[in-house]
Amino acid sequence: MNPTLSAPATATTFTARGPLSAALLDMLTGAADDDIVALAERAVGEADDVLRDDDVQLSLFVLYASAYGSVAELDPRLEWDPRLIAGRCVLERAFEAALREVVRVDPLPECSQGAVASALFALTSADAGPSLSRHLAKKATREQALEFLIQRSIYTLREADPHSWAIPRLQGRAKAALVEIQADEYGGGRPDRVHAEIFAKALRGAGLDDRYGGYVDAVPAITLCALNTMSMFGLNRRLAGAIVGHLAAFEMTSSIPNRLYGDGLRRLGFDDDVTDYFDEHVEADAVHEQIAARDLAGALAEDQPQLLPDIMFGAAACLTVDGYVGAHLLEAWERGESSLRTPEAVA
Amino acid sequence: MKAVPATISPYPDGPLIVRGDVELVAADGTPISARRRTVALCRCGLSTIKPFCDGTHKAAGFRAE
Repeated sequence: MNPTLSAPATATTFTARGPLSAALLDMLTGAADDDIVALAERAVGEADDVLRDDDVQLSLFVLYASAYGSVAELDPRLEWDPRLIAGRCVLERAFEAALREVVRVDPLPECSQGAVASALFALTSADAGPSLSRHLAKKATREQALEFLIQRSIYTLREADPHSWAIPRLQGRAKAALVEIQADEYGGGRPDRVHAEIFAKALRGAGLDDRYGGYVDAVPAITLCALNTMSMFGLNRRLAGAIVGHLAAFEMTSSIPNRLYGDGLRRLGFDDDVTDYFDEHVEADAVHEQIAARDLAGALAEDQPQLLPDIMFGAAACLTVDGYVGAHLLEAWERGESSLRTPEAVA
Repeated sequence: MKAVPATISPYPDGPLIVRGDVELVAADGTPISARRRTVALCRCGLSTIKPFCDGTHKAAGFRAE
């Protein structure tokens, strides 16, 4: 058995991007102790744009990594430390407010399974901005494809985990639907088919680092923001509707783009180990999107109508933030630049 | 383990969702391997991975009724 399946390695800790992330990394690795709440208040107070602020987004990423256990160097005894939870609450209040300000939510559909599913399909099909997947399919260079894999690694090496936080928060048919999707994400009982593992194989096949967090220092705040959005929705049960809406929109904008990503990677000469992940998602997400729209989001809205506004907000937030990430990549490439903070990562 | 009876559900303007113990077989008798417990079968005729759905029906504006 591949040893990486039983004991996934993580990268050692990351470079701080400001006073708050420096204090958090110190505290979580036992180096020092600081007034996290005061630093968090100052960080959000000084941020021009919370969604793109390096110190705020890396700090949220580190605090969530402590909850996931995705970075071994973070002291597990501090997972529920009240100072860290209070600091996280300060950041999350500002983060959620910033998302609610930029995310546009259409008038709500009627609270029925069919109407909610139709509204989600309409919302996600209208999301036709400049397309990262079309660029990858037709034009991207090999370096750009590697950058794309690096940007994706921040979430995809832990694919599905943010949405799994919602399982105990749901009941009945919505819970059954979420578990049906997540069981497939986690390989349906086959460790080598866990989606995060198939992605790790793609990174190795492309000659990249497959350790979790290996590229955190390489990616901009907006890439961390995309994962932090799902982590915040998943970890706060008051946002259960939003994490469900997020998953629905994510699945519904996946199968067709993944076909294009696979085509682009084949065009550039990458082999089956690299394209397997994308090919798998063409078929898998065509199933998941049906279940997510109807049996998960639609059923949840019927069973708990008070969650409908957040279901639609979560879906729109997914499209908005993932759209920002896609725009960041395309705009950097248009200028002839790297989308990474450390372009040498693909050199 | 006891076999789970199969269900086939046409999803509105979308694929046929198949759950439970079922064997997929091509017209010439060759088995078609289903790589997951729940599968979506193409209903619009446009999928590039037939018999499975690849989501193309959405871009094509497929209507079941």
